[in-house]
Amino acid sequence: MAHITLDLAHSYKPRPQQDSDYALLPLAMEFQDGGAYALLGPSGCGKTTMLNIMSGLLVPSHGKVLFDGRDVTRATPQDRNIAQVFQFPVIYDTMTVAENLAFPLKNRKLPEARIRERVGRIAEMLEMSGQLDQRAAGLAADAKQKISLGRGLVREDVAAVLFDEPLTVIDPHLKWQLRRKLKQIHHELKLTLIYVTHDQVEALTFADQVVVMSRGKVMQLGTPDALFERPQHQFVGHFIGSPGMNFLPAQSAAGRLQVAGHALEQPAGRGLPEGALQVGVRPEYLALAQPGAAGALPCTVQRVQDIGTYQMLTAQVGEHLLRARFAPEQRLPAPGETAWLQVLGAHTCYYQNEELLP
Amino acid sequence: MSATTKPVNQKAWFLILPVLLCVAFSAIVPLMTVVNYSVQDIISPERRVFVGTEWFAAVMRDEELHAALWRQLTFSLAVLLVEIPLGILLALSMPAQGWKASAVLVLVALSLLIPWNVVGTIWQIYGRTDIGLLGAALQSMGIDYNYTGHASDAWVTVLVMDVWHWTPLVALLCYAGLRSIPDAYYQAARIDGASKLAVFRYIQLPKMRGVLMIAVLLRFMDSFMIYTIILLLCFILYNWMQRVGTTAKEGAGHE
Amino acid sequence: MNDKRFQKRTLFLIAYLVFAILPIYWMVNMSFKTNEEILSSFSLWPQHFTWDNYKTIFTDESWYSGYINSLIYVAINTVISLTVALPAAYAFSRYQFLGDKHVFFWLLTNRMTPPAVFLLPFFQLYTTVGLMDTHIAVALAHLLFNVPLAVWILEGFMSGIPREIDETAYIDGYSFPRFFLTIFLPLIKAGVGVAAFFCFMFSWVELLLARTLTSVNAKPIVATMTRTVSASGMDWATLAAAGVLTIVPGAIVIWFVRHYIAKGFAMGRV
Repeated sequence: MAHITLDLAHSYKPRPQQDSDYALLPLAMEFQDGGAYALLGPSGCGKTTMLNIMSGLLVPSHGKVLFDGRDVTRATPQDRNIAQVFQFPVIYDTMTVAENLAFPLKNRKLPEARIRERVGRIAEMLEMSGQLDQRAAGLAADAKQKISLGRGLVREDVAAVLFDEPLTVIDPHLKWQLRRKLKQIHHELKLTLIYVTHDQVEALTFADQVVVMSRGKVMQLGTPDALFERPQHQFVGHFIGSPGMNFLPAQSAAGRLQVAGHALEQPAGRGLPEGALQVGVRPEYLALAQPGAAGALPCTVQRVQDIGTYQMLTAQVGEHLLRARFAPEQRLPAPGETAWLQVLGAHTCYYQNEELLP
Repeated sequence: MSATTKPVNQKAWFLILPVLLCVAFSAIVPLMTVVNYSVQDIISPERRVFVGTEWFAAVMRDEELHAALWRQLTFSLAVLLVEIPLGILLALSMPAQGWKASAVLVLVALSLLIPWNVVGTIWQIYGRTDIGLLGAALQSMGIDYNYTGHASDAWVTVLVMDVWHWTPLVALLCYAGLRSIPDAYYQAARIDGASKLAVFRYIQLPKMRGVLMIAVLLRFMDSFMIYTIILLLCFILYNWMQRVGTTAKEGAGHE
Repeated sequence: MNDKRFQKRTLFLIAYLVFAILPIYWMVNMSFKTNEEILSSFSLWPQHFTWDNYKTIFTDESWYSGYINSLIYVAINTVISLTVALPAAYAFSRYQFLGDKHVFFWLLTNRMTPPAVFLLPFFQLYTTVGLMDTHIAVALAHLLFNVPLAVWILEGFMSGIPREIDETAYIDGYSFPRFFLTIFLPLIKAGVGVAAFFCFMFSWVELLLARTLTSVNAKPIVATMTRTVSASGMDWATLAAAGVLTIVPGAIVIWFVRHYIAKGFAMGRV
């Protein structure tokens, strides 16, 4: 169990000149002891780099890493006492399940009885007690990943468990089982868990707090709720949600917003600055409005799709497409008709230079 | 590789027909001939008597043959005992990437591409005390080395020559096996606190098992070829000499 | 801890490389000396550097024809091996058919047969057919062990290409030959490179069959080198130069396929 502090930047080049030379732009973050965090972002955003720096497999080119206040920047993974689960199962083929789980403890020279007890406990937690004497090589992928996980959990004093997209090779119908297992383990053992993924469903269901990253930069650290309601950056608004946030360019002048050729009253008490802005509203919050309502725009309906659990309406206003989600039973206008959508509302976010305005 | 099973298609036999023709021409026909000769006593081209397994029995009983077979087995074993560990060690020492990897690869593989008689020539020169580096060096160190005079010197020279020639094959096979191990295994081992020996024993060696078996098989079979050359040359040549009418000799199979 | 391990390994590597290269260097060294210098003095590099030995080989037909002969039959063999192996490897990789596993295994056992077993039969066979002392004879004889090898290697590479590519091509209307030549071959060119390399290697170094099946017209360099004893004694210098020249083609070929070698071995084949 450890409180991890990061204050670093990382570049694979010896003399980085500009932002694009950095794999990780300068950042400062704290991971609370016992918390479950997800590092979420598209491929190449630097999340695996950050994970490897935390585990000690990579030394950051600038800055430092602290575990419980102790500087471990140059310490080996062993010294930091972390565990890491990789994308594909990493097990020792020649050993049985029990021997695999016992391996880290044997290397630390724990007494035999202690090892057996720990292995038994972890195997039970992972529901693998019946397979302890089987050869690890012959098991299915999800069982092997559980063994990889078990090898990390079997050490009692493990500081943090780091996951690098561990469910990639697991069959989809087994993924939710493993995810549930992870949550259970977190609940029981209260370890610091850090989970790297590009799948937002995984991240949002697993973690208490999610770190959204893009191109080496930390965009936002927050609860799934905060990320959904108040994305700090346009990227976060776009990335989170299925589909992501709708954005409309607007001009703010003298209390009014010019949006797609329509002049709308700015919401009272908002105090938006003058100039070019982006209006962001999630499909879940784009409601149908009365024609001419304040803050609503007329749009031409392009398409209505029945997805089963919800309906998706695609409408065009000016040159922009808006997407809105509705309950399955709601009556929607047909394609070609005009619909008024409530763009400005309580859940609407405003962005200037891609950053959220308070 | 696709997990689905391959479709059954008997017409595929047409695709492998060229291969079968070539190999049949090169292998089956000659093999039949050899088997044919080995069960006959050819007194003259016209008079052949089928004698069944008489030749084989005679050959098996031959004392000199037994001695030679024993020597051969010892040689093969010695070769394997030296080449396999040396090859593994070499594979572990070769760099994994960059220009150095290519350069080392070419230098190591060089001895595999030398025609076998040139290998013999190289070592023949190398071992001489008058014009060879090794011979002269050993002589100046006071060691009495003469590979044409002493049988044990010759044996050691042949062994060293074989090691020099063929260890790169083992090394290259193991090298490829090692390169196929993903980094994550080494990382996991570091995190688990495994020692270097444990890494070798539990990660590298198991992954090399496949290629190592091929290497052992190849080297063992190839080292036997030296024996078969001698046996076959004498055995079959003897039969052939009979066929073209030279006087017969008593007994069978001389070294 | 890491550094110490690297130190020991680097030292070992250097030691082995010295062991491996020294005999070759010695021969190179000798090839640049004259016979008199070789017999009279002993030095680590030529005192009187001379190109004469190489000049002899390049100008004397009995010498350079040996190289040309070798190159010819090796080239013929490689081409034939690859040509027959490609469709066969495709069949083994893509289809199941009656006896497929057994035929594959039998092919591999041919690879392990000592060529000496076939020495006499080959001799008789080629004499009967009238192909003695031709390049084609040696090329055909070497098919014995090169074709199974080529099939083995190519099958490994082909199995790594998903069958969906074949199916897509058929849906798109490609005929089998066109698909094979324009789509499939470029995908496995690494495999073709590796197979060609091994065919070249095993054919180039093979001595017994090459020497037995040729006498004058197609005599390969491996046989020519055995006749260097003359009236003035052993012609070491020329012999050394000839030896060096036999290594050169091999080194060139290895350089070209160096990236694919690791991949090819990694298929677990050879």
